[in-house]
Amino acid sequence: MAKVENQEVKGLTGDQAVAYALLNIDPDVVPAYPITPQTIIMEKFSEFWADGLVKTELVHVESEHSAMSAAVGASATGARVFTATASQGVALMYEILFIASGSRLPIVMAVANRALSAPINIHGELTDQLVTRDAGWVSFIGEDAQEAYDHTIIGFKIAEYPEVSLPFMYGLEGFIVTHALEPVYMLDKKTIYDFIGEFREPSNWVFAPGNPGAQGLLALPDYYMELKYQQEQGMKNARKVIPKVLDEFGEITGRYYHEVEPFHMEDAKYAFITAGASSGTAKAVVQRLRSKGEPVGMVKLRTIRPYPDEQLSELLKDLDGVMVVDRSVTFGSPASIQATDLASALLKHRKFPRVLSSAIVGLGGRDITEKDFEGLYEQLKKDVQEDVSRTHWWGVRI
Amino acid sequence: MSDKTPIDIKSWIREQWGASKLPPGGVVPAPATSLEYKTGEWREFKPILDDEKCTGCTQCYFICPDDAIKMDDRFHPIFDYDFCKGCTLCVEICPVDAIKIVKEVK
Ligand code: SF4
Ligand code: SF4
Repeated sequence: MAKVENQEVKGLTGDQAVAYALLNIDPDVVPAYPITPQTIIMEKFSEFWADGLVKTELVHVESEHSAMSAAVGASATGARVFTATASQGVALMYEILFIASGSRLPIVMAVANRALSAPINIHGELTDQLVTRDAGWVSFIGEDAQEAYDHTIIGFKIAEYPEVSLPFMYGLEGFIVTHALEPVYMLDKKTIYDFIGEFREPSNWVFAPGNPGAQGLLALPDYYMELKYQQEQGMKNARKVIPKVLDEFGEITGRYYHEVEPFHMEDAKYAFITAGASSGTAKAVVQRLRSKGEPVGMVKLRTIRPYPDEQLSELLKDLDGVMVVDRSVTFGSPASIQATDLASALLKHRKFPRVLSSAIVGLGGRDITEKDFEGLYEQLKKDVQEDVSRTHWWGVRI
Repeated sequence: MSDKTPIDIKSWIREQWGASKLPPGGVVPAPATSLEYKTGEWREFKPILDDEKCTGCTQCYFICPDDAIKMDDRFHPIFDYDFCKGCTLCVEICPVDAIKIVKEVK
């Protein structure tokens, strides 16, 4: 497809950007339950719906568990389905997340990433999404409102690829992305339809009149493993489909995205690995350190699942030190959530930096500032000097 | 796939279909395939009717959770042993003890 010139620009928050993408996608069914900081996605979308701008069946459910259950039911009929949630909402959906992926239903869900209770907190953190990494969803994390807008569209395209047929979730960090106003370039309805297709083409059997069959069945030890293997094949296919889709999207919009996005990695000795909103801050710091002659780069991670292990190990091999800057928390683990994934990736490909440290930062929405990155860079150099990989609770008062 | 598509569900089992052949998502794209799956094989106890005692009250018919009882024209039960799992609910509900239970021998 040719590049769309003169894309309309609007000042939008991340949440509004998602709603505006949905306006032109016009999904068949949207079951949703409000939760901060996702609320504005659905508020704005409900306005569009009330004004008759979308034909969507909007289902007001009584919980996130029901939202995802309704999404599963609707998607099983071949409908194009969207929902959005955050934090405790993701946690309440947890059971049904596995049913969506196990049933191979290409549901798309926005996660307005927010810290998990207790203590209750409404601010940005990626843990809610990262803990679903084993649920069989294709999982992206975005940096800003534009990426939230774009991922909404890209998500449907990837999920609905017949050889993928997996649900897709994408994160936008609470408040930092969901509520901050930024210019967002938008696409018209026709371009979106040409890109993802006007209707979902079911790649599998679906519930429909005159089409009897059954879904959500029992599979005992004699078949369960084969069906799980199919899901892994879907993920494998997603590895091939994702770069293709991102490329196509780039051709239309001029915005070329990648699973991993290296920045100043040429001849770097040290690198940050980031995901989400803090990537912008990291870029500014890397740029400045580079101008002072420091051999530092960074890699922004977009895809959490499937994990881009090959690309990362290629980028990070032979480095002196890598610092995974992780806005999430896990307890009793060998390292942060993202660092453990990265460690297995490096081990798999047998390509290693000398030191792989991680930093648990910005929990519960605490700011991750340029000063933090500067400090983390000094810390990384120290870890390399002492030849130890560490996990740092960065900026915590002890 | 329409309801007219013939589907030999037994072949899935006979030929031990693998991941590349099984329909994705664990669906069965055909109706009423449970008829091919004889749950009666699980039975440990077998209900047997004493036709003399039966009054045709139909209570056993209604309580059977597996729809494994049909009725003859006198409303006496006929057990479908392909699907009777031997739960003995019919035995318990019969007001005149017209159904006895024997250990299944296979
Ligand atoms: S034993 Fe149970 S399953 Fe069998 S006929 Fe009686 S009620 Fe039905
Ligand atoms: S419950 Fe007993 S008496 Fe009534 S129909 Fe069944 S077998 Fe006959």
